[in-house]
Amino acid sequence: MKTRVVIIGAGISGASTARVLSRYENLEVHLIEKAPDVGWGVSKANTALIHGGYDDDPEKYPTRARLCIKGNRLWHRWVKELQIAHIWNGALIVALRDEDFDELERLLERGRRNGVPEMRIVSRDELFHLEPGLTREAIGALWVPIVGQIAPIPAVIALVENAVANGVKTHLETKVRGIKVENGEIKGVETNKGFIEADVVINAAGLYADEIARMAGIDYFEIHPRKGEYWIFDDDVPGPRRVLFPTPTPISKGIVVTTEVSGHLMIGPNAQDLPPEEKENLATTKEGLEGVWGGAKKLWPNLPPRNKVIRTFAGLRPEPTGGDFIIKAEEEVWGFINVAGIRSPGLTSAPAIAYEVAEIIQRDLGIKLVEKEKWNPYRKEITHFFMLPPEKANGLIKKNPSYGRIVCRCNGVSEGDILEAIERMKFIGVKTPSVDSVKFRTKATTGTCQGSFCRPRIVHLLAREYGIEPWKVTLKGEGSEIGIGDVKALLRGDEA
Amino acid sequence: MMGFPNVPTLSYDVVVIGGGPAGMAAAIKAKELGLKVLLLDENDYLGGILPQCIHPGFGIHYFGEELTGPEFASRLAKKLVELGVEYRTSARILEIRNYSDLEKFVLFTSPSGLYGVWARAVIYAAGARERHAFEIGIVGDRVSGIYTAGEAQTLMDIYGVLPGKEIVIVGSGDVGLIMARRFALEGAKVKAVIELMHYPGGLARNVMILRDFGIPLYLGHKVVEVRGKGRVKKVKVVRIDENLRETGEEFWIEADTLVISVGLVPAVKKLKKIGVEIDPATGGPVVNDRLETSVPGVFVAGNSLLINDLVDYVAEQGEMAAEGAKEFIENGGIESRRWTRVEKGENIRLVVPHYLSGERDVYLYLRVSKPMEDVELRIPEIGKRLKLPVVKPAEMIRLKLKEEEIRGAGKLTVEVVRP
Repeated sequence: MKTRVVIIGAGISGASTARVLSRYENLEVHLIEKAPDVGWGVSKANTALIHGGYDDDPEKYPTRARLCIKGNRLWHRWVKELQIAHIWNGALIVALRDEDFDELERLLERGRRNGVPEMRIVSRDELFHLEPGLTREAIGALWVPIVGQIAPIPAVIALVENAVANGVKTHLETKVRGIKVENGEIKGVETNKGFIEADVVINAAGLYADEIARMAGIDYFEIHPRKGEYWIFDDDVPGPRRVLFPTPTPISKGIVVTTEVSGHLMIGPNAQDLPPEEKENLATTKEGLEGVWGGAKKLWPNLPPRNKVIRTFAGLRPEPTGGDFIIKAEEEVWGFINVAGIRSPGLTSAPAIAYEVAEIIQRDLGIKLVEKEKWNPYRKEITHFFMLPPEKANGLIKKNPSYGRIVCRCNGVSEGDILEAIERMKFIGVKTPSVDSVKFRTKATTGTCQGSFCRPRIVHLLAREYGIEPWKVTLKGEGSEIGIGDVKALLRGDEA
Repeated sequence: MMGFPNVPTLSYDVVVIGGGPAGMAAAIKAKELGLKVLLLDENDYLGGILPQCIHPGFGIHYFGEELTGPEFASRLAKKLVELGVEYRTSARILEIRNYSDLEKFVLFTSPSGLYGVWARAVIYAAGARERHAFEIGIVGDRVSGIYTAGEAQTLMDIYGVLPGKEIVIVGSGDVGLIMARRFALEGAKVKAVIELMHYPGGLARNVMILRDFGIPLYLGHKVVEVRGKGRVKKVKVVRIDENLRETGEEFWIEADTLVISVGLVPAVKKLKKIGVEIDPATGGPVVNDRLETSVPGVFVAGNSLLINDLVDYVAEQGEMAAEGAKEFIENGGIESRRWTRVEKGENIRLVVPHYLSGERDVYLYLRVSKPMEDVELRIPEIGKRLKLPVVKPAEMIRLKLKEEEIRGAGKLTVEVVRP
């Protein structure tokens, strides 16, 4: 009989774990997520970096130090297998004062201990070759070529698509209400959609990992949210070629200046610790954003005028008690594995976390994992019309005219791209149609106009493909409907 | 000549980009002038933004009677079809290339495939985009219920969706005021129109809407923050002082919908890519009196040139651009013995065109920086004086100058001053 594994949380950790576990013949893997789509929690809003692994102190945070560099190496392979948008552009940790070099030397030494290859300190001259737009006050930097960037939600989507293609079952809009434990063994998970039997539960619940753990009677850690705010600029604003960090302080890695994978200058984050109950507080603040602006300006003096801002956003990092990742099988409850406190560098570490979980299942739970004869490591990215060369685009339109119809004019997203995205949403079990699900798959609405032209058309397509009224289409799940009824609803008095 | 392999090419005298009022008027005029013209529009229908503007107020100058947006659009469309102007809808420009003065290449995509168009001149009339909430620094929760005015209008009058029932409108420009009325007419409660400036941003006839529907107008205020879970629940409003700085005075308005109507920006990214010079004051190209940009043979009209208040002037600019294209093609360029630069003097925020040939009559389109009463519009170099009872930034001034007035002038400085 197969071992039933339930993974709670379809973020980067849960999705990576689902993919890795989908490889095994003797596991039946269920991926549970409370949101209508995957990757909408902590994975959604962060700096999207694949870190180098020099930053985490192996004395204080051994798990982070070990998994970050391992994850970095794995991502180099995974982005190819799964066709995830990425760029390996390297990072510069910039020194502005002489004493910063002491810290850079420490990072260099720590990076070497953690096994980070190819790091070195660069002089002021070389620095401006690597990054001409950097502040003239820079006097040197630590150069970490293996740092890169990926699109984090598309990465989660790719992982889940690949996992589902390999037999993983998803349960979206499924909220865990309890964990059934009998005689010290996991029996299953109570949810708003009913009971799901399980032999093994993997707690990858992000900000809520402490609450899920408590449901299993495990209460030795707490997760508190740490908010980070960001600015994103229009794609005609010049940004750096490398990821730019200030020299870190004991409190923070500092405000990053980078050109993200879609070609937009992005600055952030700040760090604001919130009380544990504010796990949904994603509000941007004026003070926070101004702080980020000021911080970024120290490295990148040529910030554009404010009318070049296309978006501001905030993300929450799940800060665990103790600061290190908590990845282990809990002895008191057989079958309960925590993947908790996956704060930075969680995105980077995710593939390594997933293999770690597989090893825990074998080593600590004594379940010998048997590889499937046929397991597909590959997943194809959806069509992005704007990336096709004209000849190829023409061939595609001849087969399917909807690729010739542009919906998002800023990013050149075609109706065909959007219909493909909707098919993919259905493939992984998305039941509530939302504009955000289309946005994260196609980049529609993320350009200069931020969707004011194309959002109504996307709503129209979602309504048609899901067979619902257009006003019931949501922006980002239940409670965020696009409208309240048809245009005469209030006059008829039949609006709820 | 170069193109793309396996992409069919077409050939025209002039290709018009955009099938709104400026583009349609340009294509009609070009056809009437005997040019072989192709009009391209990315929507499934002609008319640009007009088909969703179901209110009246269009056409008084251009057609001599008051029409609704769809009526104005369909009159032009009808004429276009009658004249046999070739046009394609669902045709989106991917790239403009400027190979030489008389060789332009426009690559577009459509449901029947990609095409390249060779043309001797291009008339760019692709309209504008709306400024959005992030551009004006609104912070807070990321929720549903925040729309630009145009988006709300599209939802209501193209797709039949009512966005919400308790509405706050940011910006008292024409679009914001018209949307205030539009919501009120459907039974929604418009709780406030919030205006940053200390005077309303729209035409006087549209400001009347607020009185007609009992909608409060807050001048010198701004919306700074949105709160809600899933959907907008309330918005924070701050009072602004004379220098547009935030005072500490603030209050919240409960609403489920925030409509952003804080101005339009000419959509000229594709022109910038071919090196067209942009006037920071208009956000559109620098042009001569044929509405030709700094790239020879590329003309611009309508809201891509400058943001207009009246569609009538938009259509007029389309015709002017077509006349320019005709002259350009016939003469191999737009010539003048001496170009006269138009300069901005006192209380002038913008003026178009930027260069005059001095060899034909011309319309100047201009806006003032601040409202004034009992003033004179002057061009001292040619002794032009025009008494104006009131000038407002919201109301574009259109001034006709005759060839004999401007012939030989070295430069012209336009100013609005108290006599």
